[in-house]
Amino acid sequence: MLELAIGIILGCCALGAGMAMIAGIGPGIGEGNAVAKACEAIGRQPECKGSVTTTMIMGCAIAETTGLYALVIAILLIFVAPSRLVDILMEIVNK
Amino acid sequence: MNKRSIGFRITDALLVVLTILPLIAGLVIKAVTTPASDGIEISGARIFFTIKMPLQDLPITESQVNTWLVIIAVFFLCLFLTHGLDEKCSSKRQAILEWIVEKTDGLVNENMGDYFKAYAPFVAAIMALSVFSSLLTLVGLFPPTSDLNVIAGWAVLVFFMITYYKLKGGFVNYLKGFTEPFVPFTPFNIISEFATPISMSFRHYGNVLSGSVISALVAAGLQGASKALFGWLPGQIGSFPFLQIGLPAVLSLYFDIFSGCLQAFIFAMLTMLYVSGGFPMDEWEKRMARKKDKKLKKQNKLSA
Repeated sequence: MLELAIGIILGCCALGAGMAMIAGIGPGIGEGNAVAKACEAIGRQPECKGSVTTTMIMGCAIAETTGLYALVIAILLIFVAPSRLVDILMEIVNK
Repeated sequence: MNKRSIGFRITDALLVVLTILPLIAGLVIKAVTTPASDGIEISGARIFFTIKMPLQDLPITESQVNTWLVIIAVFFLCLFLTHGLDEKCSSKRQAILEWIVEKTDGLVNENMGDYFKAYAPFVAAIMALSVFSSLLTLVGLFPPTSDLNVIAGWAVLVFFMITYYKLKGGFVNYLKGFTEPFVPFTPFNIISEFATPISMSFRHYGNVLSGSVISALVAAGLQGASKALFGWLPGQIGSFPFLQIGLPAVLSLYFDIFSGCLQAFIFAMLTMLYVSGGFPMDEWEKRMARKKDKKLKKQNKLSA
C-alpha cells in the first residue's frame, strides 16, 4: 500500500511538472512575434539596427519571464516536492 | 619604446597569479569536499558548515564561497588592468579598459540620463559580478547565479534603490503613486511593486539553472546512449562515452557563455531602467525649489 502511495506521489509530481511546462507555448509565440517585427523594422530602416536589436532582446527577456516561472515550478516539482511529500506521508504513517 | 622595469613586471605577474588563485582555490575546495560518486547528478549548492545564530542558523554554502572567490578574482583583475596607466594609452590592457569604461558610461548616459551619471561604476560592477559568476561553469565550479538566494540578494538591493529614488519626490507623492490611475488600482500597484524584485531574480536564476539542468540531462542521456551503442567493445574502449564528444560543447556555448552574458546585460539594463524610471524628476525639482525658498526666507528673517 505504501509503495502505491509513493508511486502516486512521484507520478503526479512528474505529470504536474510536464503540465506546468505547457506555459512554454506563450513565451515562444510572443518572442517569435517580437523577432519577426524586429526583422521587419530592420528591413525597413537598416540604420537603426542597433537600437532595434537591443530593445528586442530586452522585450524577449521580459516576455520570457512567464515561461521561467513555469520552469521554476517544474524544477521544484521534480527535485524538491517528491522528497518533501514522501516525508509528510511517512510522518502520517508513523502516527 | 619605453622599457618596463623589473619591479613593474613582478607586480604584474603577482596580480595575474592573484587573479587566477581564487579559481584554483575553488577547484581545490570542490575536489576536497565533493563526495565520491560516479555519473552525472543535478544538485543544488552544497552546505559546507552552519553558523549558529539566535534567530536562524546561517548556512555557509558553495554559492556564497564561490561569490566571494569571484569578487576577489574581479578585484585583482581590476588592479591588473589599471596597473601602469598613462596618458598616451600605450598598452593593450589600457585600450581594453578604456573601451569598457566608455561603453558603460555611454550605456548609463543613454538609459538613465545625466542625473544618474555616477551610476556607471555600480552598473559595471553588477554586470561583471554576474558575468563572471555565470562563467564559473566553464572551469567546472558551481555558478552562484544558479542559486536563487544570491540573485534575490541583488534584486532586493535594487528594490531598495528604486524605493529610495521614489521617495526623493516626497513621501506623500510616493504614497499617491500607488493610487494611480484610479484608487481601485491600489492593490495591483502594491503587488506590482513587489513583483519587480521577484521577476528580476527569477529571470536570471531560472535561465542559468535551466541551462545547467538541460546540459546535465543531455550529458547523462548521451552517456546512456553510448553505453548502449558501443558497450560491446572490449575493455576500456567499451566504457568510454564516445557520443559525449561535441554536442555538450555546443550546448555549453549557448547556455553557459551566451545566456550568462545576456542575462547579466539584462539584469543591469533592468536595474538602470527601474531606478531611473522610479525617480520623479519634476517633483524632486519642485521640492528642491521649495526648500531653497524656505531657506532664503529664514535667512531674510534672521538678517532682518
